[in-house]
Amino acid sequence: MTLELSRQYVVSLLTKHFEDVIDLDTEKHLYIKAENLHDVCLIFKDEPEFKMDMLRYLDCVDYIDHFELRYALLSLSNNQSLTFKVRLWGRDDPEVASVVDVWEGANLQEREIYDLMGIGFINHPNMKRIFLWEGFPGHPLRKDFL
Amino acid sequence: MSQGNESMNESEKNIGGTESVLLNLGPQHPSTHGVFRLRTLLDGEEVVDVEPILGYLHRGSSKLAEERSYTQIITLTDRLDYLAGMSNNLAYISALEKLTDVEPPERARYLRVIMVELMRIASHLMGIGFLINDLGAWITPLMHMFREREKILDLFEMVCGARITFSYMRLGGVSHDLPEGFEKSIAEFLDDFEKKIEEYENLLLGNEIILSRMVGVAPLAGERAINCSITGPNLRASGVDWDLRKQDPYEIYDQLDFSVPLGENGDNWDRMVVRIEEMKESVHILRQCMDKLPQGPYRADTDFFVRPPEGEAYGMVEAPKGELGFYLVSDGSIAPYRMGIRSPSFINLTVLRELCVGWKLADIIVNFGTLDINVGEVDR
Repeated sequence: MTLELSRQYVVSLLTKHFEDVIDLDTEKHLYIKAENLHDVCLIFKDEPEFKMDMLRYLDCVDYIDHFELRYALLSLSNNQSLTFKVRLWGRDDPEVASVVDVWEGANLQEREIYDLMGIGFINHPNMKRIFLWEGFPGHPLRKDFL
Repeated sequence: MSQGNESMNESEKNIGGTESVLLNLGPQHPSTHGVFRLRTLLDGEEVVDVEPILGYLHRGSSKLAEERSYTQIITLTDRLDYLAGMSNNLAYISALEKLTDVEPPERARYLRVIMVELMRIASHLMGIGFLINDLGAWITPLMHMFREREKILDLFEMVCGARITFSYMRLGGVSHDLPEGFEKSIAEFLDDFEKKIEEYENLLLGNEIILSRMVGVAPLAGERAINCSITGPNLRASGVDWDLRKQDPYEIYDQLDFSVPLGENGDNWDRMVVRIEEMKESVHILRQCMDKLPQGPYRADTDFFVRPPEGEAYGMVEAPKGELGFYLVSDGSIAPYRMGIRSPSFINLTVLRELCVGWKLADIIVNFGTLDINVGEVDR
């Protein structure tokens, strides 16, 4: 069975490397600060305790006052998984660092979220719409579309 | 490694002093298996850059799901990868069952695995059939594959009345029990199909044209495949031993005996052979399931309109194309607040550019064929 790393374990390991990267630590989810996302991802990928070599799935939910990005990571070598979230406040052009240079698998997934949710990914090699055409008004998966 | 326009524009200007050609492959092209466009930059016959252009079949399944009850959404999932409806149903239901904490009865779990494995065979048959078709073996091998797939669809029709859009998996079980005579029909099919696999191998694996166009063409290293989030047979062809049925077993896969076929180089040849081997394993799994199939109810008692508690769940299965996952966010109402789909075909496309650049134009068709994507699932 794939082992889902517990929140406490992840937090205790993260504090070894960073002072203050936890945005919010609730009972169910771990939130990382958006500005530290890229550094934290590098640690998740390279540190032997994590060894998250695959970005399993990247998704985004629109909660009206903020967006939540959900990063699901998978370690094939250790057979363990890890999920964390990032909150982005504001509805006008929210932006977050791209993780394409960490996991190439983020390439198309980030473009999809940009297209349908309207979240920009800084340093993405090809940040443009993927399903809809350039010039399409709005971002359909946002709750205020239509 | 960028999948970018910028690189395309740069290379358009100057390739060793010769003029490059921009070629549009698709959207209407017989080898794209749907409406899918490849913007290809060529230097003579050599591919310099490839950019997939998607969205011609975009239906907004995620948005549609926000307006429908949890039971109604099952019908949307059929239409994602329309060659593997059962697997899509199961992926969605596994997410929903995690969200609602419903446990299906034992017999339902077996029925699910039987249907999903039949679906895997049908999907791989189509994947290989169209691939060989694209290679120039016009129609005949494809029709051999279609013939076996028809028998599988007949079995599905016996069970639930539908041949493509099944909506067979339900919350807490399946929609119908096995009809009379199903055991006999599936046993006949399996006996027959084992011989047919041998026939395919005799026809395909020694063919000189197939060998010369596939062996060593477009190899993909295991580490690279992992980094690009490739899953399914494409990942296993690169020699990475990762199959959710083994590594993170769901339903009853932990009680079954089967092996996971692996490739070595991740070239086109490996990607095809892994699929053939997987069909053999599926036959093996199906026989065990039919032997062990327990009696009892096939569905737990659940409401038509489900109201899961607030929360979220991610459920995934090893679909024929890779890891298919559904991410459901519930706000306590009868419809999900958000439904995300991790579609393997879509994410496997990440690697397409890398596979094609440096090879010949004619190889694009083969590289694209062995990736085995389904546009219904790519665009959603």
